[in-house]
Amino acid sequence: MTQTRSLIDENGKRTDGRTGDQLREIRITVGVIKNADGSAFIEFGMNKIVAAVYGPREVHPKHMALPDRCVLRCRYHMVPFSTDTRKNPAPSRREVEISKVIREALEPTLMLEDYPRAAIDVYVEVLQADGGSRCAGITAASVALADAGISMRDMVSACAAGKVDDRIVLDINDTEDKEGDADMPVAYMPHLEQVTLLQLDGILNEDQFNQCLDEAVIGCKMVYEVQRKALMQKYFHNETELKEEQ
Amino acid sequence: MQEIRRKYVVPGDRIAEGNFRTLFNVIRVGNSIFATRIGIAEAGREGVKVIPLSGIYIPRVNDIVIGKITDHSSLSWEVDINSCFSAHLPAQDVFGRDFSPARDDMGRELATGDLITARIIAFDRTRDPMITIQDKDLGKIPRGEFIRISATRVPRLIGKRGSMIQTIEYATRTRVLIGQNGIIVVTGRDLEGIKLAVRAIRMVEEEAHTANLTQRVKSLLGVSDSSLSDTPQVAQPQIGELQSAIQEVDEELNGMEGGEKV
Repeated sequence: MTQTRSLIDENGKRTDGRTGDQLREIRITVGVIKNADGSAFIEFGMNKIVAAVYGPREVHPKHMALPDRCVLRCRYHMVPFSTDTRKNPAPSRREVEISKVIREALEPTLMLEDYPRAAIDVYVEVLQADGGSRCAGITAASVALADAGISMRDMVSACAAGKVDDRIVLDINDTEDKEGDADMPVAYMPHLEQVTLLQLDGILNEDQFNQCLDEAVIGCKMVYEVQRKALMQKYFHNETELKEEQ
Repeated sequence: MQEIRRKYVVPGDRIAEGNFRTLFNVIRVGNSIFATRIGIAEAGREGVKVIPLSGIYIPRVNDIVIGKITDHSSLSWEVDINSCFSAHLPAQDVFGRDFSPARDDMGRELATGDLITARIIAFDRTRDPMITIQDKDLGKIPRGEFIRISATRVPRLIGKRGSMIQTIEYATRTRVLIGQNGIIVVTGRDLEGIKLAVRAIRMVEEEAHTANLTQRVKSLLGVSDSSLSDTPQVAQPQIGELQSAIQEVDEELNGMEGGEKV
């Protein structure tokens, strides 16, 4: 890729003023869609994404049902006004792929065998895109699943790391994604310490790969804190223990 | 006796470490026990569990549920019980063993849209639940105000030994039928009373996990503590059956309210 400008200035600041190990600002609101069983709205930098979960519910068409476990269906979609030039609302090749990787990132955490012959539908709708939308989508979907009361082994937090101007940086934004050297989205279960998604676009050597993965896992742990806080706020107004009634 | 600690948890939170029994909504990974749902975690002598605060209704045998007839085939009715599985009510349950699809008109007995109180007689992972209406206090519900709440809030709405629901019924002069699946039917002569009861039920649903809820419900209903001493201690016969079936779950909660009684 031809690099036209420096993405990190002499003070070590990136195009949006962050240092190499800083995340963009994250805000999560739980329960924004009343019609859904669980939902979440995430603002991850300039990304604005709604995730809604329906189910477990009856499977239609019925032949899709599995006798021993639940079917997980995910749909990642970008609305036409989410990018600067209009995006065709028909599912693109990229959206089909991201729908699949989101499903596979969430599947290991869900206890699907608890709901045989049923289906869980996860809708991730990108209202405004700014690089790293699959990570933000997974993060929001995980909160929405917890809000829906579906049994989960752990939360799933996602964050990308990458290589920009030969430096490993956390949470790649849109410009760095397009003009940088490598982008590595990672989804991670923070308590079980397991990776559920790892993609890599670009070239890294072994040291860089390890450094990138470590950096992304640290990012996921920071994202998890925001997820947890959002759920605690919605359900318990940030209290941690039940106060006994007298 | 070991003290029971109650902590608010989200999925993945570590509740306890060590040799505890895992009861429900928890998993063991190595030596640690993690929550699998949002709720109130209890680590006590009998084991570790999480009382969930969200989620759909999963049928259990002997649960009393309120359902809506959605369709019927020649041999059974299909009933929506607010779950991911729709229940089946066999026609023989209503017409007796000599039921004949050619002779008996199923639509006349129970039409699509009718509400019924039923008991779950069979359910496992492989089949949809089967229900019956052949029992005391089961059958068609003729009238009432229909409310749908989360099934996870039902034990809180009933309260310890039925205290919460009795308070609501007594103060609003209504009858409240509660299904374990979160469907509620409120009946009464007085429209204002029904409206007030619905508001109280909604309040319990929204604030189920908070402390001193009974006090707030009482102040919403405008009843003082002293006037409640007149509350009948025995539940009205119509809902008596329902409440005894629900008692089991109530005891599971094991005094979320900390010794609160009417």
